[in-house]
Amino acid sequence: MHRLHELARRRLALVVVFAAALLMAAASAALLVGPAAIGPGDLWAMVARRAAWLLERGTPGSAHAEAAGLGWQETILWQVRLPRVLTGAAVGAALAVSGAVLQGLFRNPLASPSVLGVSSGASLGAVLAIFFGLSASLVWALPLFAFAGAILTLLLVYTIATHQGRTPIATLLLAGIAVGAFNAAMSSFILALALERWEVAKTIIFWTMGGLDGRTWDHVLLIAPVLLAGMAVVLGYTRELDALLVGEVSAAAVGVDVARTRMILLLGTALLTGAAVAVAGGIGFVGLVVPHIVRLLVGPHHRALLPLAALVGALAVIAADLLLRGLLAEHNIPLGVATAAMGAPFFLFLLVRQQERFARA
Amino acid sequence: MRNTLSTDVRGRRMITLRRLRAGYGAATILEDLSLGLGAGAMVGLIGPNGAGKTTLLKLLMGLMRPVSGEIRVLGRPVGTYRRSALARRMTLVPQDTQIGFAFDVEDIVAMGRHPHVGRFRAPGAHDLDMVQRAMAETGVRHLARRPIDTLSGGERQRAIIARAIAQETRILLLDEVTANLDLCHQLEVLRLAHKQARDGRLVLAAMHDLGMASRFCDRLLLLADGGLRADGPPEAVLTERNLRHYFHVEARIAPMRHGPGLHIVPLASCSAAAS
Repeated sequence: MHRLHELARRRLALVVVFAAALLMAAASAALLVGPAAIGPGDLWAMVARRAAWLLERGTPGSAHAEAAGLGWQETILWQVRLPRVLTGAAVGAALAVSGAVLQGLFRNPLASPSVLGVSSGASLGAVLAIFFGLSASLVWALPLFAFAGAILTLLLVYTIATHQGRTPIATLLLAGIAVGAFNAAMSSFILALALERWEVAKTIIFWTMGGLDGRTWDHVLLIAPVLLAGMAVVLGYTRELDALLVGEVSAAAVGVDVARTRMILLLGTALLTGAAVAVAGGIGFVGLVVPHIVRLLVGPHHRALLPLAALVGALAVIAADLLLRGLLAEHNIPLGVATAAMGAPFFLFLLVRQQERFARA
Repeated sequence: MRNTLSTDVRGRRMITLRRLRAGYGAATILEDLSLGLGAGAMVGLIGPNGAGKTTLLKLLMGLMRPVSGEIRVLGRPVGTYRRSALARRMTLVPQDTQIGFAFDVEDIVAMGRHPHVGRFRAPGAHDLDMVQRAMAETGVRHLARRPIDTLSGGERQRAIIARAIAQETRILLLDEVTANLDLCHQLEVLRLAHKQARDGRLVLAAMHDLGMASRFCDRLLLLADGGLRADGPPEAVLTERNLRHYFHVEARIAPMRHGPGLHIVPLASCSAAAS
């Protein structure tokens, strides 16, 4: 609804173009950086060949690449680095959009995808899949378990917080914190049991810390449809989210069905978060910090905030992953550690800045 | 969807309450409340704290369900409306209008068009026009680009009323909208509300200032002890006896010499007089 005036529109266009350019640059760099030396020439050759195939006979497959006797460079690009970059982008977008929606829904700048215990539920599901050895034999087992953990957690939290058809937001948050703590405890419990088998324990620990190592097209195929569907849903509710920021009574007065909107959006964010945790483990602080950065740039309107949060979220995860692989490659540091290590100080910076502004006002 | 408000709708039944009973948990706030409200009038809802003024407005907006009884809005039970359909007919200006996020005034006013614009649709020419007209009518057009959290209380309240006007509803509910305003802004806001009634809307305003209520309202509803204790023109409702009984105040009341309204001079609270 909000008719952005000319200045705001120009500023928004500038920010979008800038973010998109940065994202393209980071993604290209991420495709070129790694243990195997691959140059921009190889990348262009691959892009050109894939584009030609796409035009000629629809979908290109890996079989074609091998049949055509292509170089190992292209195999690495297509089979290793591209799925890694795409998974990272999708995870960053999903987490940032979830965070932005939840912050609006709860009118609380501290809300993040972990706030309703959804991400710890997804973690618990994944830990179970690893512990019982399912993930070793089936590539889809871990993501599906994580996904189920996320959805079950949301349903549990919502059911606990609902009384006589009403779901007060404060009760929802408290129930989310309690169920989230329980999920985390169960994950630790299983990890403690797994310590006798060091390989399993190590897998669990590394998975919980989050990362994009060894992500394949399967992971891309799992998160892409969820990301698209989730984005479509939340983008349909941008006006409702704006109205809810003003207050629940005000939103109801202008015709927002508060309870229904809340349920649809919570389900949407649970799907997005669940899919992100399912393919990349615990990637912290992206969902909390990215929406804040974007809000500083383009203001509180969700119509601009949500798509841009997706862009910047994708950028943040790709850039963090790139940094780790480029600068600290020999240490094998998990991605989740990097995002949290960069996100937390940045968040504190925002906090201090805001305090200064209040002190001046 | 354009509401053509003219004199021929004046007096048409907008809201009907029948044997309404409502409360929170075990506590009953309203009991056996029946009344009808017609178009083209400014109706004041008065009563001591806790008498159920805000509860009644919440019930009308469908934010709360009655224990028993019936609420009809434009002939239909309020519970059968979809949220957006109800918002095209009736809106509420809430008591607390603190907004912590930096929306511009125009953004806030444009939210009033929400029930008229479909999902994934952009607002049309009529929507944008209504937003401009509502801002002009309430005198906030020069503030259109100002973030709402930088406005004074009076300006903010006018912006929220502009949102309600932009919503083009036939019924306007006001919940103590003058509570935090200085005298000048109280007058301005109430004059605006009064004009909405003259234009053919039903304005139902919960108010604390009895002098202002007597001056701006065509009809007053006195809520106290869970029910409707008096209903009629201001001079019939605001009597020294009613103030003593229901507001527990000893007061002198005299008609204004010029224009409408009553002089109400509170002398002593009854509990103080008794001790």
